[in-house]
Amino acid sequence: MTKFVQVCLNGLTLGSLYALIALGYTLVYGVLRFINFAHSDVVTIGAWMAFVFCGLIGWLGTDSPIFAMPFILALSMAACALLGFTIERLAYRPLRRAPRLNVLITAIGVSLFLQNAGQLKWVFGTQPQAMPKLLSEQALFTIANVKVPVVDVVIVVLAFVLLVWLQYLVFRTRLGQAMRAVSFDERTAALMGINVDWVVSITFMIGSALAAAGGMMYGLRYGTLLQTADSVWVLLGLKAFVAAVVGGIGNVRGAVAGAFLIAFVEMFGAAYRSPQMRDVYVFGILIAVLILKPGGLLGKSTVEKV
Amino acid sequence: MNLTGWRSRRVRSVSSLALAVAALAAVSGCEQKRNTTGGGGGTATGTGTGGTVATGPILIGHYASMTGAEATFGQSTDQGIRLAIKERNAAIDAGTLKGRKITLSTLDDAGKPQDAGNAVTRLVTQEKVTALLGEVASGLSMVGGQIAQQYKVPMISPSSTNPQVTQIGDMVFRVCFLDDFQGMVMAKFAREELKAQKAAILFDQGQPYSKGLADYAEKAFKEMGGTVVTRQAYGSSDPDVSAQLSSIKEANPDVVFLPGYYTQAANIMRQARKLGITAPFVGGDGWDSDKLEEIGGDAVQGSYYSNHYSPEEDSPVVKNFVAKYKAEFGSLPDGLAALGYDAANLLFVALDKSPSLGGTDLAATIAGIKDFVGVTGTITIDPQRDASKSAVVVKVDKGRRVPVKRYAP
Repeated sequence: MTKFVQVCLNGLTLGSLYALIALGYTLVYGVLRFINFAHSDVVTIGAWMAFVFCGLIGWLGTDSPIFAMPFILALSMAACALLGFTIERLAYRPLRRAPRLNVLITAIGVSLFLQNAGQLKWVFGTQPQAMPKLLSEQALFTIANVKVPVVDVVIVVLAFVLLVWLQYLVFRTRLGQAMRAVSFDERTAALMGINVDWVVSITFMIGSALAAAGGMMYGLRYGTLLQTADSVWVLLGLKAFVAAVVGGIGNVRGAVAGAFLIAFVEMFGAAYRSPQMRDVYVFGILIAVLILKPGGLLGKSTVEKV
Repeated sequence: MNLTGWRSRRVRSVSSLALAVAALAAVSGCEQKRNTTGGGGGTATGTGTGGTVATGPILIGHYASMTGAEATFGQSTDQGIRLAIKERNAAIDAGTLKGRKITLSTLDDAGKPQDAGNAVTRLVTQEKVTALLGEVASGLSMVGGQIAQQYKVPMISPSSTNPQVTQIGDMVFRVCFLDDFQGMVMAKFAREELKAQKAAILFDQGQPYSKGLADYAEKAFKEMGGTVVTRQAYGSSDPDVSAQLSSIKEANPDVVFLPGYYTQAANIMRQARKLGITAPFVGGDGWDSDKLEEIGGDAVQGSYYSNHYSPEEDSPVVKNFVAKYKAEFGSLPDGLAALGYDAANLLFVALDKSPSLGGTDLAATIAGIKDFVGVTGTITIDPQRDASKSAVVVKVDKGRRVPVKRYAP
């Protein structure tokens, strides 16, 4: 029972992280119909930015004030929103009318650039660093003999709040309406007076800010930040991408559903079958979904696309 | 183009597969005048063609993880080697030592096998080093060792402990103890000092070092009457080990063997303490880095690991080395730095003694070294090209590495 509760908790936390990252893939795909392969590097940079900001303020030690976490989170999300805006403006916008393959290859180029620029001495360097302990590592409460650490609760709550906010933004605001319109038909949307460039920029900024939140929470939970080109980050981004595809890429609710499905299967497989095979379970689901329901679990036919 | 007899001998001796590569290397050798001076000069003395004794510096190569998750391994080793070279070259300048000066070429492998292969190939075929030093990680030494063996360039690994490393062939040596011994030390310490009855094992399935050490520790622990309650593996690029730790927590062991490298080990101990695992952790020399505490914080305090030496040991050789290293680099030398220093100095002894600088002669000379007094103990190269040395178990204690118990081989 203890183990079962523990695994559920792990799945819930990991699923929240995957969801935050998967949303970036799905939002951009929804609006522009292309896979932003540089998204996982924005996650990495979001985590490292949190580390850098903590260093600048002097919160690298253990005794940071209680408001440190939300403050650093806001800074990191803002920095990555700016980064997302810049990437879109400089790398993708000039290719808006180019064949989709060109944009895809450019995205891989941006990804390589970010990975390698991040390793420069005056950027983040190549040494692994310890993520500052902005949250207490003590247990907040205990269920069935399982300690629930503060950081896990914060991750789940934060992910939930951001997801509800995004849901509201996409389906209840004028901006969301514009995003859905651009997703539906870019030219007609432009004819109706929607500023397409602006909507695309905003989409990138939202996706990147969510990625930063995911990256920073990931750093807080696992404690170690590896260099920006490390395969840990690539794998994290890849699994979030799988979550978006499994849920039906372009679909906001699908990305969240896919993220939790992937995380629970991964965690239960690792705990009750074999931890060595965890990646196999994740990519196994992807293959199964692509064979049985190529559009993803929540399908492509819905009009809720962003 | 064929500058020396030495090179043409080498071309004949390599397999036909390597012929093309060697020919390419000979072409590039023309461009790299700097390096041919060293290698060619060595031949002149070796073949005894005349009274011309070469005086130019000898180039040795070092491949190491200067970046990546095991970056402090490469950086520490490199600093140890550089200190040894600096001392030797200064002694030659001052006239207190006869011999040729040494220059070092260090290439980064980022802790990845494919990069290690590229680095060693470049050092051997393009830079034409006389001998190689490296690596720390056993998996990378196996990659580099294959290439060194193929091109007949002697390689000394300062700190690869997996037995398979020197089994590659007669060109590959090491100056540290082996994992069968280290695993026994970990088991014995847990059994006798920590009075552990039940042990859990958690190892990195992607690292031959970690897997080998886990096997040896398990075997020794069982032979001493203990039981291994659970054996779990993690992947190198997998930060989440909560599933494995949940299983370990359920098994409720008295001690957890964690024979991985420091970044992952620290990360795992942090997660383990969060989950409420209170058993002490025991690791191997792969933990030896300041980063262990930087990343692990409070979670790693009071853990133990077996190591090659402790900077706090009360011996004149160690004290002298620690003082010189501190003056040069401003930090305490870890075990990797000490082994890099020892490996380089042992290589210098061989370079001075060897009848020629050809790979086969040099390897034979290294194989014959006996009773070399190093910082990490007295080194005698045995017929398996290994060194049999004692190990010390240290306790992690607020920035210090307190020596707890020393085990003789």
